Amino acid sequence: MILAEAGGEVPGWRLLIPLPEEIVWSAIFLLIFVLVFMKFVLPRMNAVLDERSEKIEGGIRNAEKVQEQVDQLKSDQEQELAAARQEAASIREKARADGQKIVDEARTRADSENERVLATGRQQLSAERIAASTELRGEVGTLASDLASKIVGESLTDDERSRRVIDRFLDDLESSQTTTR
Amino acid sequence: MGGFFPEAILFDGTWFEFNRVQLVRLIVLAVVLIAMCIIASRAKLVPGRVQSVIELVIDFVNNNIIANTLGLKDGKRFAPMLITMFFFILSMNLAGVIPGLNLAGTSVIGLPLLLALWTFVTYVGAGIKKHGFLGYLKAETMPPGIPWPIYILLIPIELLQVVVIRWASLTIRLLANMVAGHMMIVVFIGMTHALLFSGDWLIAISPFAGAMAIGIYGFEIFVGALQAFIFTMLTAVYIQLATSDEH
Repeated sequence: MILAEAGGEVPGWRLLIPLPEEIVWSAIFLLIFVLVFMKFVLPRMNAVLDERSEKIEGGIRNAEKVQEQVDQLKSDQEQELAAARQEAASIREKARADGQKIVDEARTRADSENERVLATGRQQLSAERIAASTELRGEVGTLASDLASKIVGESLTDDERSRRVIDRFLDDLESSQTTTR
Repeated sequence: MGGFFPEAILFDGTWFEFNRVQLVRLIVLAVVLIAMCIIASRAKLVPGRVQSVIELVIDFVNNNIIANTLGLKDGKRFAPMLITMFFFILSMNLAGVIPGLNLAGTSVIGLPLLLALWTFVTYVGAGIKKHGFLGYLKAETMPPGIPWPIYILLIPIELLQVVVIRWASLTIRLLANMVAGHMMIVVFIGMTHALLFSGDWLIAISPFAGAMAIGIYGFEIFVGALQAFIFTMLTAVYIQLATSDEH
Protein backbone atom coordinates (compact mmCIF):
# COMPACT_ATOMS: atom_id res chain seq x y z
CA MET A 1 0.00 0.00 0.00
CA ILE A 2 0.97 3.64 0.31
CA LEU A 3 2.99 3.01 3.47
CA ALA A 4 4.83 0.12 1.94
CA GLU A 5 5.49 2.15 -1.15
CA ALA A 6 6.67 5.11 0.94
CA GLY A 7 8.91 2.98 3.12
CA GLY A 8 11.04 1.41 0.48
CA GLU A 9 13.16 2.46 -2.35
CA VAL A 10 14.26 6.03 -1.47
CA PRO A 11 16.59 6.65 1.49
CA GLY A 12 15.67 9.57 3.77
CA TRP A 13 18.81 11.63 3.28
CA ARG A 14 17.88 12.20 -0.31
CA LEU A 15 15.29 14.66 0.90
CA LEU A 16 18.10 17.06 1.73
CA ILE A 17 19.96 16.76 -1.56
CA PRO A 18 18.71 19.23 -4.14
CA LEU A 19 18.73 17.83 -7.65
CA PRO A 20 19.58 20.15 -10.54
CA GLU A 21 16.13 19.96 -12.12
CA GLU A 22 14.54 20.68 -8.76
CA ILE A 23 16.64 23.81 -8.38
CA VAL A 24 15.98 24.92 -11.95
CA TRP A 25 12.23 24.65 -11.68
CA SER A 26 12.14 26.12 -8.19
CA ALA A 27 14.16 29.08 -9.38
CA ILE A 28 11.90 29.60 -12.36
CA PHE A 29 8.75 29.47 -10.24
CA LEU A 30 10.18 31.67 -7.55
CA LEU A 31 11.38 34.19 -10.09
CA ILE A 32 8.04 34.36 -11.85
CA PHE A 33 6.17 34.71 -8.59
CA VAL A 34 8.49 37.37 -7.24
CA LEU A 35 8.48 39.37 -10.46
CA VAL A 36 4.72 39.37 -10.84
CA PHE A 37 4.16 40.07 -7.17
CA MET A 38 6.70 42.83 -6.79
CA LYS A 39 6.11 44.50 -10.13
CA PHE A 40 2.38 44.35 -10.36
CA VAL A 41 0.41 43.04 -7.40
CA LEU A 42 2.07 44.80 -4.49
CA PRO A 43 2.38 48.25 -6.09
CA ARG A 44 -1.30 48.12 -7.01
CA MET A 45 -2.35 47.01 -3.55
CA ASN A 46 -0.06 49.51 -1.84
CA ALA A 47 -1.37 52.29 -4.01
CA VAL A 48 -4.91 51.46 -2.98
CA LEU A 49 -3.95 51.10 0.68
CA ASP A 50 -2.01 54.36 0.66
CA GLU A 51 -4.79 56.15 -1.10
CA ARG A 52 -7.26 54.92 1.45
CA SER A 53 -5.15 55.87 4.45
CA GLU A 54 -4.52 59.25 2.86
CA LYS A 55 -8.21 59.73 2.38
CA ILE A 56 -8.93 58.74 5.96
CA GLU A 57 -6.21 61.04 7.23
CA GLY A 58 -7.54 63.83 5.04
CA GLY A 59 -11.00 63.24 6.48
CA ILE A 60 -9.68 63.33 10.00
CA ARG A 61 -7.69 66.48 9.31
CA ASN A 62 -10.74 68.07 7.74
CA ALA A 63 -12.83 67.20 10.75
CA GLU A 64 -10.20 68.71 13.02
CA LYS A 65 -10.17 71.90 10.99
CA VAL A 66 -13.93 72.17 11.11
CA GLN A 67 -13.85 71.53 14.84
CA GLU A 68 -11.28 74.30 15.23
CA GLN A 69 -13.46 76.68 13.29
CA VAL A 70 -16.43 75.79 15.42
CA ASP A 71 -14.43 76.40 18.57
CA GLN A 72 -13.23 79.72 17.20
CA LEU A 73 -16.76 80.77 16.33
CA LYS A 74 -17.98 79.71 19.71
CA SER A 75 -15.36 81.69 21.59
CA ASP A 76 -15.98 84.69 19.35
CA GLN A 77 -19.64 84.48 20.05
CA GLU A 78 -19.03 84.25 23.76
CA GLN A 79 -16.73 87.23 23.64
CA GLU A 80 -19.28 89.22 21.74
CA LEU A 81 -21.97 88.21 24.15
CA ALA A 82 -19.87 89.26 27.10
CA ALA A 83 -19.06 92.57 25.45
CA ALA A 84 -22.72 93.17 24.70
CA ARG A 85 -23.63 92.35 28.26
CA GLN A 86 -21.03 94.76 29.55
CA GLU A 87 -22.23 97.47 27.24
CA ALA A 88 -25.80 96.94 28.33
CA ALA A 89 -24.74 97.21 31.95
CA SER A 90 -22.86 100.44 31.33
CA ILE A 91 -25.78 101.87 29.40
CA ARG A 92 -28.09 101.00 32.26
CA GLU A 93 -25.69 102.56 34.71
CA LYS A 94 -25.50 105.73 32.65
CA ALA A 95 -29.26 105.89 32.32
CA ARG A 96 -29.62 105.58 36.05
CA ALA A 97 -27.08 108.38 36.61
CA ASP A 98 -28.82 110.56 34.03
CA GLY A 99 -32.15 109.96 35.68
CA GLN A 100 -30.70 110.89 39.01
CA LYS A 101 -29.26 114.05 37.54
CA ILE A 102 -32.56 115.00 35.93
CA VAL A 103 -34.40 114.45 39.17
CA ASP A 104 -31.87 116.56 41.03
CA GLU A 105 -32.08 119.34 38.52
CA ALA A 106 -35.84 119.28 38.63
CA ARG A 107 -35.75 119.40 42.39
CA THR A 108 -33.41 122.43 42.51
CA ARG A 109 -35.43 124.19 39.86
CA ALA A 110 -38.61 123.53 41.81
CA ASP A 111 -36.96 124.81 44.97
CA SER A 112 -35.85 128.06 43.37
CA GLU A 113 -39.27 128.52 41.77
CA ASN A 114 -40.83 127.95 45.11
CA GLU A 115 -38.62 130.56 46.69
CA ARG A 116 -39.33 133.00 43.96
CA VAL A 117 -43.09 132.53 44.21
CA LEU A 118 -42.90 132.85 47.95
CA ALA A 119 -40.84 136.05 47.72
CA THR A 120 -43.23 137.59 45.22
CA GLY A 121 -46.18 136.70 47.42
CA ARG A 122 -44.56 138.22 50.39
CA GLN A 123 -43.75 141.40 48.51
CA GLN A 124 -47.25 141.66 47.19
CA LEU A 125 -48.64 141.06 50.59
CA SER A 126 -46.59 143.82 52.17
CA ALA A 127 -47.41 146.21 49.34
CA GLU A 128 -51.07 145.50 49.76
CA ARG A 129 -50.84 145.95 53.46
CA ILE A 130 -49.15 149.32 53.01
CA ALA A 131 -51.82 150.33 50.51
CA ALA A 132 -54.57 149.16 52.80
CA SER A 133 -53.17 150.96 55.79
CA THR A 134 -52.75 154.19 53.77
CA GLU A 135 -56.29 153.90 52.53
CA LEU A 136 -57.57 153.04 55.93
CA ARG A 137 -55.86 155.97 57.44
CA GLY A 138 -57.73 158.32 55.13
CA GLU A 139 -61.04 156.59 55.56
CA VAL A 140 -60.78 156.21 59.31
CA GLY A 141 -60.01 159.91 59.58
CA THR A 142 -63.08 160.85 57.57
CA LEU A 143 -65.29 158.37 59.39
CA ALA A 144 -64.08 159.52 62.78
CA SER A 145 -64.47 163.16 61.92
CA ASP A 146 -67.94 162.47 60.60
CA LEU A 147 -68.83 160.60 63.69
CA ALA A 148 -67.36 163.26 65.97
CA SER A 149 -69.10 166.06 64.09
CA LYS A 150 -72.33 164.21 64.41
CA ILE A 151 -71.76 163.86 68.11
CA VAL A 152 -70.57 167.42 68.90
CA GLY A 153 -72.65 169.21 66.34
CA GLU A 154 -71.94 171.88 63.88
CA SER A 155 -69.21 173.53 65.89
CA LEU A 156 -66.58 171.29 64.64
CA THR A 157 -67.24 171.67 60.91
CA ASP A 158 -64.53 174.20 60.60
CA ASP A 159 -62.15 172.29 58.34
CA GLU A 160 -58.93 173.75 59.50
CA ARG A 161 -59.50 172.87 63.07
CA SER A 162 -60.99 169.55 62.58
CA ARG A 163 -58.08 168.41 60.41
CA ARG A 164 -55.70 169.45 63.10
CA VAL A 165 -57.66 167.58 65.74
CA ILE A 166 -57.87 164.47 63.63
CA ASP A 167 -54.20 164.49 62.82
CA ARG A 168 -53.38 164.83 66.43
CA PHE A 169 -55.72 162.02 67.27
CA LEU A 170 -54.22 159.78 64.65
CA ASP A 171 -50.71 160.57 65.68
CA ASP A 172 -51.61 159.65 69.18
CA LEU A 173 -53.18 156.47 67.92
CA GLU A 174 -50.13 155.61 65.91
CA SER A 175 -47.72 156.33 68.72
CA SER A 176 -49.79 154.27 71.10
CA GLN A 177 -49.80 151.53 68.50
CA THR A 178 -46.01 151.55 68.19
CA THR A 179 -45.58 151.48 71.90
CA THR A 180 -47.95 148.59 72.34
CA ARG A 181 -46.37 146.59 69.53
CA MET B 1 9.04 8.67 0.72
CA GLY B 2 8.63 8.05 -2.95
CA GLY B 3 5.94 10.72 -3.03
CA PHE B 4 8.63 13.35 -2.86
CA PHE B 5 10.46 11.83 -5.85
CA PRO B 6 7.80 11.13 -8.42
CA GLU B 7 8.57 9.96 -11.90
CA ALA B 8 9.18 12.45 -14.61
CA ILE B 9 6.36 13.65 -16.81
CA LEU B 10 8.39 15.65 -19.31
CA PHE B 11 12.02 16.11 -20.25
CA ASP B 12 13.13 12.99 -18.37
CA GLY B 13 16.84 12.90 -17.64
CA THR B 14 17.53 16.55 -18.45
CA TRP B 15 17.97 19.48 -16.10
CA PHE B 16 14.40 20.43 -16.96
CA GLU B 17 12.85 17.16 -15.80
CA PHE B 18 9.23 18.01 -15.03
CA ASN B 19 7.51 15.82 -12.47
CA ARG B 20 4.43 15.88 -10.29
CA VAL B 21 6.01 18.19 -7.71
CA GLN B 22 6.71 20.79 -10.35
CA LEU B 23 3.21 20.37 -11.73
CA VAL B 24 1.78 21.06 -8.28
CA ARG B 25 3.97 24.13 -7.97
CA LEU B 26 3.03 25.33 -11.43
CA ILE B 27 -0.68 24.97 -10.71
CA VAL B 28 -0.39 26.80 -7.41
CA LEU B 29 1.72 29.48 -9.00
CA ALA B 30 -0.69 29.99 -11.87
CA VAL B 31 -3.81 30.02 -9.70
CA VAL B 32 -2.38 32.32 -7.04
CA LEU B 33 -0.82 34.75 -9.48
CA ILE B 34 -3.89 34.97 -11.69
CA ALA B 35 -6.13 35.43 -8.69
CA MET B 36 -3.87 38.04 -7.17
CA CYS B 37 -3.56 39.92 -10.45
CA ILE B 38 -7.32 39.99 -10.85
CA ILE B 39 -7.78 41.17 -7.27
CA ALA B 40 -5.05 43.76 -7.60
CA SER B 41 -6.30 45.13 -10.89
CA ARG B 42 -9.79 45.44 -9.49
CA ALA B 43 -8.63 46.87 -6.18
CA LYS B 44 -10.91 49.65 -5.09
CA LEU B 45 -10.82 52.25 -2.38
CA VAL B 46 -13.73 50.58 -0.66
CA PRO B 47 -12.64 46.93 -0.62
CA GLY B 48 -14.79 43.99 -1.47
CA ARG B 49 -14.64 40.77 0.53
CA VAL B 50 -11.75 39.12 -1.28
CA GLN B 51 -9.75 42.31 -1.41
CA SER B 52 -10.30 42.75 2.34
CA VAL B 53 -8.84 39.32 3.01
CA ILE B 54 -5.75 40.05 0.94
CA GLU B 55 -5.37 43.42 2.62
CA LEU B 56 -5.75 41.72 5.97
CA VAL B 57 -2.81 39.44 5.16
CA ILE B 58 -0.69 42.35 3.91
CA ASP B 59 -1.53 44.30 7.04
CA PHE B 60 -0.70 41.28 9.16
CA VAL B 61 2.77 41.05 7.64
CA ASN B 62 3.21 44.80 7.88
CA ASN B 63 2.14 45.11 11.48
CA ASN B 64 3.13 41.84 13.10
CA ILE B 65 6.33 41.05 11.28
CA ILE B 66 7.83 44.19 9.80
CA ALA B 67 6.81 46.86 12.28
CA ASN B 68 7.82 44.70 15.24
CA THR B 69 11.29 43.87 14.00
CA LEU B 70 12.54 46.34 11.43
CA GLY B 71 10.44 49.29 12.47
CA LEU B 72 8.49 51.43 10.06
CA LYS B 73 11.40 53.30 8.45
CA ASP B 74 13.69 50.38 7.66
CA GLY B 75 10.71 48.14 7.12
CA LYS B 76 9.54 50.14 4.11
CA ARG B 77 12.61 49.02 2.17
CA PHE B 78 12.11 45.32 2.81
CA ALA B 79 8.33 45.19 2.97
CA PRO B 80 7.78 44.11 -0.66
CA MET B 81 10.23 41.24 -0.28
CA LEU B 82 8.79 40.06 3.01
CA ILE B 83 5.19 40.29 1.89
CA THR B 84 5.98 38.44 -1.33
CA MET B 85 7.83 35.82 0.66
CA PHE B 86 4.94 35.34 3.03
CA PHE B 87 2.39 34.97 0.26
CA PHE B 88 4.60 32.59 -1.69
CA ILE B 89 5.38 30.29 1.23
CA LEU B 90 1.79 30.37 2.45
CA SER B 91 0.34 29.41 -0.90
CA MET B 92 2.96 26.71 -1.50
CA ASN B 93 2.45 25.30 2.00
CA LEU B 94 -1.31 25.23 1.63
CA ALA B 95 -1.00 23.24 -1.57
CA GLY B 96 -0.33 20.30 0.75
CA VAL B 97 -3.90 20.34 2.05
CA ILE B 98 -5.69 20.97 -1.20
CA PRO B 99 -7.29 17.78 -2.45
CA GLY B 100 -5.87 16.74 -5.79
CA LEU B 101 -2.58 18.57 -5.22
CA ASN B 102 -1.90 16.89 -1.86
CA LEU B 103 1.72 17.97 -1.76
CA ALA B 104 3.14 21.19 -0.39
CA GLY B 105 5.31 22.99 -2.92
CA THR B 106 7.78 23.59 -0.14
CA SER B 107 8.05 19.95 0.86
CA VAL B 108 10.81 19.30 -1.66
CA ILE B 109 14.08 21.00 -0.95
CA GLY B 110 14.38 23.31 -3.94
CA LEU B 111 12.00 26.05 -2.85
CA PRO B 112 12.95 26.21 0.84
CA LEU B 113 16.61 26.30 -0.11
CA LEU B 114 16.19 29.07 -2.66
CA LEU B 115 14.01 31.08 -0.30
CA ALA B 116 16.56 30.71 2.48
CA LEU B 117 19.36 31.75 0.15
CA TRP B 118 17.32 34.75 -0.89
CA THR B 119 17.10 35.66 2.79
CA PHE B 120 20.85 35.08 3.19
CA VAL B 121 21.76 37.27 0.24
CA THR B 122 19.38 39.96 1.40
CA TYR B 123 20.62 40.24 4.96
CA VAL B 124 24.29 39.99 4.03
CA GLY B 125 23.75 42.59 1.31
CA ALA B 126 21.90 44.90 3.66
CA GLY B 127 24.58 44.49 6.31
CA ILE B 128 27.46 45.19 3.95
CA LYS B 129 25.66 48.15 2.48
CA LYS B 130 25.20 49.58 5.94
CA HIS B 131 28.52 48.78 7.66
CA GLY B 132 30.90 47.90 4.84
CA PHE B 133 32.29 44.40 4.47
CA LEU B 134 34.63 44.34 7.48
CA GLY B 135 32.32 46.47 9.52
CA TYR B 136 29.52 44.05 8.87
CA LEU B 137 31.65 41.05 9.85
CA LYS B 138 32.66 42.84 13.01
CA ALA B 139 29.10 43.85 13.84
CA GLU B 140 27.82 40.31 13.40
CA THR B 141 30.66 38.36 14.99
CA MET B 142 31.91 40.67 17.73
CA PRO B 143 29.03 41.77 19.89
CA PRO B 144 30.24 44.57 22.19
CA GLY B 145 30.39 44.32 25.96
CA ILE B 146 32.15 40.98 26.16
CA PRO B 147 35.67 40.37 27.55
CA TRP B 148 38.09 39.72 24.69
CA PRO B 149 39.04 36.07 25.44
CA ILE B 150 35.48 35.09 24.76
CA TYR B 151 35.88 36.37 21.21
CA ILE B 152 38.19 33.46 20.42
CA LEU B 153 35.26 31.21 21.05
CA LEU B 154 32.58 33.53 19.83
CA ILE B 155 33.91 34.65 16.47
CA PRO B 156 33.95 31.20 14.80
CA ILE B 157 30.53 30.39 16.19
CA GLU B 158 28.99 33.64 15.09
CA LEU B 159 30.66 33.44 11.72
CA LEU B 160 29.38 29.94 11.18
CA GLN B 161 25.98 31.09 12.32
CA VAL B 162 25.86 34.00 9.88
CA VAL B 163 27.34 32.18 6.93
CA VAL B 164 25.72 28.77 7.18
CA ILE B 165 23.45 28.04 10.10
CA ARG B 166 20.87 30.73 9.55
CA TRP B 167 19.88 29.88 6.02
CA ALA B 168 20.39 26.14 6.54
CA SER B 169 18.10 26.17 9.55
CA LEU B 170 15.51 28.16 7.64
CA THR B 171 15.61 25.61 4.84
CA ILE B 172 15.43 22.58 7.06
CA ARG B 173 12.76 24.02 9.35
CA LEU B 174 10.40 24.70 6.51
CA LEU B 175 11.23 21.54 4.60
CA ALA B 176 10.98 19.24 7.60
CA ASN B 177 7.67 20.70 8.72
CA MET B 178 6.12 20.26 5.33
CA VAL B 179 7.58 16.76 4.83
CA ALA B 180 6.44 15.70 8.28
CA GLY B 181 2.96 17.09 7.69
CA HIS B 182 2.67 15.21 4.44
CA MET B 183 3.94 12.00 6.02
CA MET B 184 1.51 12.27 8.91
CA ILE B 185 -1.45 12.69 6.61
CA VAL B 186 -0.23 9.79 4.50
CA VAL B 187 0.28 7.62 7.57
CA PHE B 188 -3.13 8.28 9.06
CA ILE B 189 -5.04 8.00 5.83
CA GLY B 190 -3.09 4.86 5.01
CA MET B 191 -3.81 3.47 8.43
CA THR B 192 -7.52 4.18 8.12
CA HIS B 193 -7.47 2.52 4.78
CA ALA B 194 -5.57 -0.55 6.02
CA LEU B 195 -7.73 -0.95 9.12
CA LEU B 196 -10.98 -0.55 7.22
CA PHE B 197 -10.05 -3.27 4.75
CA SER B 198 -8.36 -5.58 7.26
CA GLY B 199 -11.48 -7.70 7.41
CA ASP B 200 -11.53 -8.46 11.15
CA TRP B 201 -12.26 -6.56 14.41
CA LEU B 202 -9.65 -3.90 13.57
CA ILE B 203 -12.32 -2.29 11.39
CA ALA B 204 -13.78 -0.89 14.62
CA ILE B 205 -10.69 1.25 15.16
CA SER B 206 -10.63 2.68 11.68
CA PRO B 207 -13.02 5.62 12.43
CA PHE B 208 -10.59 6.87 15.07
CA ALA B 209 -7.74 6.72 12.63
CA GLY B 210 -9.92 8.58 10.13
CA ALA B 211 -10.75 11.22 12.72
CA MET B 212 -7.06 11.58 13.44
CA ALA B 213 -6.40 12.04 9.73
CA ILE B 214 -8.96 14.84 9.59
CA GLY B 215 -7.47 16.38 12.71
CA ILE B 216 -4.00 16.25 11.22
CA TYR B 217 -5.40 17.78 8.07
CA GLY B 218 -6.66 20.77 10.05
CA PHE B 219 -3.38 20.92 11.91
CA GLU B 220 -1.54 21.03 8.60
CA ILE B 221 -3.43 24.16 7.57
CA PHE B 222 -2.30 25.74 10.81
CA VAL B 223 1.29 24.56 10.37
CA GLY B 224 1.39 25.85 6.82
CA ALA B 225 0.40 29.33 7.96
CA LEU B 226 2.65 29.15 10.99
CA GLN B 227 5.71 28.16 8.99
CA ALA B 228 5.10 30.95 6.50
CA PHE B 229 4.93 33.33 9.44
CA ILE B 230 8.07 31.95 11.09
CA PHE B 231 10.09 32.00 7.91
CA THR B 232 9.15 35.59 7.16
CA MET B 233 9.60 36.63 10.75
CA LEU B 234 13.10 35.14 10.94
CA THR B 235 14.04 36.77 7.66
CA ALA B 236 12.96 40.11 9.08
CA VAL B 237 14.90 39.44 12.29
CA TYR B 238 18.06 38.52 10.38
CA ILE B 239 17.80 41.67 8.29
CA GLN B 240 17.29 43.66 11.46
CA LEU B 241 20.34 42.06 13.08
CA ALA B 242 22.43 42.85 10.02
CA THR B 243 21.32 46.47 9.71
CA SER B 244 20.99 47.45 13.36
CA ASP B 245 23.63 49.74 14.84
CA GLU B 246 24.42 47.49 17.75
CA HIS B 247 23.14 44.37 19.37
